[in-house]
Amino acid sequence: MTEQTTPLVEMKNISISFGGIHAVENASVDLFPGEVVALLGHNGAGKSTLIKILSGAYKRDNGDIMINGETADIRNPRDAKKYGIETIYQTLAVADNVDAAANLYLGRELQTKWGTLDDVAMEASAREVMGRLNPNFKRFKEPVKALSGGQRQSVAIARAILFDARILIMDEPTAALGPQETAQVGDLIKQLKREGIGIFLISHDIHDVFDLADRVFVMKNGKVVGHARTEDVTKDEVLGMIILGKVPPGATPGPGAMKVV
Amino acid sequence: MAETIQSTTNSKTSGAAGQAEGNIVARFFRATEIDTRMLGMIGALLIIWVGFHILTGGLFLTPRNLWNLSVQTASVAVMATGMVLVIVTRNIDLSVGSILGFTGMIMGVLQARLLPELFGFNHPAIWIITLAGGIAIGALIGTLQGSIIAFLGVPSFIVTLGGLLIWRGATWFVTSGQTVAPMDANFRLMGGGTEGSIGATWSWVVGILACLAIIAAIINARRQRKRFSFPRRPVWAEYVLIALGCIVVLGAVYIANNYYWPIAIARRYAEANNIAWPEGGLLISQGIANPVLIAIAVGIVMTFIATRLRFGRYVFAIGGNPEAAELAGIKTRWVTVKIFALMGMLCAIAAAISTARLNAATNAQGELDELYTIAAAVIGGTSLAGGMGSIAGAMLGALVMQSLQSGMVLLGIDSPFQRIVVGMVLVTAVWLDTVYRSRAK
Repeated sequence: MTEQTTPLVEMKNISISFGGIHAVENASVDLFPGEVVALLGHNGAGKSTLIKILSGAYKRDNGDIMINGETADIRNPRDAKKYGIETIYQTLAVADNVDAAANLYLGRELQTKWGTLDDVAMEASAREVMGRLNPNFKRFKEPVKALSGGQRQSVAIARAILFDARILIMDEPTAALGPQETAQVGDLIKQLKREGIGIFLISHDIHDVFDLADRVFVMKNGKVVGHARTEDVTKDEVLGMIILGKVPPGATPGPGAMKVV
Repeated sequence: MAETIQSTTNSKTSGAAGQAEGNIVARFFRATEIDTRMLGMIGALLIIWVGFHILTGGLFLTPRNLWNLSVQTASVAVMATGMVLVIVTRNIDLSVGSILGFTGMIMGVLQARLLPELFGFNHPAIWIITLAGGIAIGALIGTLQGSIIAFLGVPSFIVTLGGLLIWRGATWFVTSGQTVAPMDANFRLMGGGTEGSIGATWSWVVGILACLAIIAAIINARRQRKRFSFPRRPVWAEYVLIALGCIVVLGAVYIANNYYWPIAIARRYAEANNIAWPEGGLLISQGIANPVLIAIAVGIVMTFIATRLRFGRYVFAIGGNPEAAELAGIKTRWVTVKIFALMGMLCAIAAAISTARLNAATNAQGELDELYTIAAAVIGGTSLAGGMGSIAGAMLGALVMQSLQSGMVLLGIDSPFQRIVVGMVLVTAVWLDTVYRSRAK
């Protein structure tokens, strides 16, 4: 990966607390175009919360978000989408009772010149996108509820890439999937990366993401333990960061690093 | 959207039908893609009708009774279309009966007291201003309640329970409890009756137009499916659907046209127009009543809103998964406000129908209508868990409720007992629906 001077996304000194508990404290992460950054940590380490601030689901208490070096004002999911930030949530966040095409375009429906829904156009492009992602997908007319976990996942991913995302956030993208579907998602991530999209992968399981990621950020108790290029550290060392907060020599320590006495 | 929702049940039935390949009935339903749930409701309705017909010794299935039934259903059917959207988004509106009462009273005062001073009695502008005023007030009330629900986070159950008391009290307050009557002559046409029906010729025109619309819709749907190579129904199934639709429409027109003006009114009409009174009496068809036309128009508009517009899609998406809808960037709070505003407007239309029909605005108008409206929507397949429901189902539900009541009146059952029966039917219907849904999964 070529180093660039301006990161695609830079989150600086982000803090948020819920009822006096610091879910995220003074966290900084960055992401370059065409880069895959894994955000690792235990459940409750604050990684999902941090990323939900970027996707507009939560409002930060402190800190700045820069997109392409410029301060971005992200207050809600609509704002985030304007900056080309698309999110695939752990819970998939699909409306179960409507079909795939309706989900792909949810919130951004195509309309005919009379202001009615252009279902035909939406379904046509849904078929095109889904054909690229998951050629076996044929159940366009059924509510998403009737689909398997993998199919629902491909609907969620298709929704994110349909609108030319520049920044893709994937929260536990393979948690609900079987091995074959996991491999598919892996291929997809590589493909999107080649297209120059920056991707945040969030996971509590290092094995899911280590081979896909260019860099890892590790969080613990709401703070960033440190970050490292995946070629400079081993899986075991990263595991040490996740569990103990111990920063290996190949990594850059953050505010949450274990104090070496 | 409704189509999408129904396709769940369709796909399930087609799956089940696949096992019984040779079964003619199963094949028929699969080919025509008739929603079995809707069919169950129509079946229940027919059982109720035939049952009452037998019990009353042939009084129920007469043109006169069916015509009255259609007029009586109109007001609740109009409100039920809005209640579907409210319930689909996991809300409830308990205030519709009181809003009906309040907007009805405002419209009564407008047309009977305020506007005649400006225009003189029965001026053609009066009914238009009155109706527009009532709808505006309904929209305002709905917007207020919707805003409290969406932006202040008070549960809709509580807000509209408060509304039930507030608007009923306000209804009383407008005229200190006095009944306002009579209504404007033009306004009264919205309530049905001899004057408020469109007569035989126009009824046939409406019926034939409806048939043409059915044919056009089926051809268009087939063309769209062909264009995108979706599976199509066999051609014979399309013909069956067209035939069924046209038979129902034209049959309804035929029945409406077979209900004639009462002799006294016909005689007066004959005298006024210098028509010689014929031997067998003068038979003038009532035709379709105006309130029924209004209800059908409302149903079509609401179906359009629910299935063809963004707003409708958002309503169903919010009902299916509120969090996903919010994360997808939908302004869920505004959608909620709009739903309640729409509900308020529909209450005003229902109020116009019922005040016009009664030829008076009373402070008890619309009492218990909230329960009939909710019952109609729920019987019509709207799930209280949210995300599912159809406008047509709710209107059919209103017809079921009204048929029960009307039949019991014909049987001479006391009104307290009527309520007991209606209550039991509601619970049973929802139980059956729960069983159906859990099987469908």
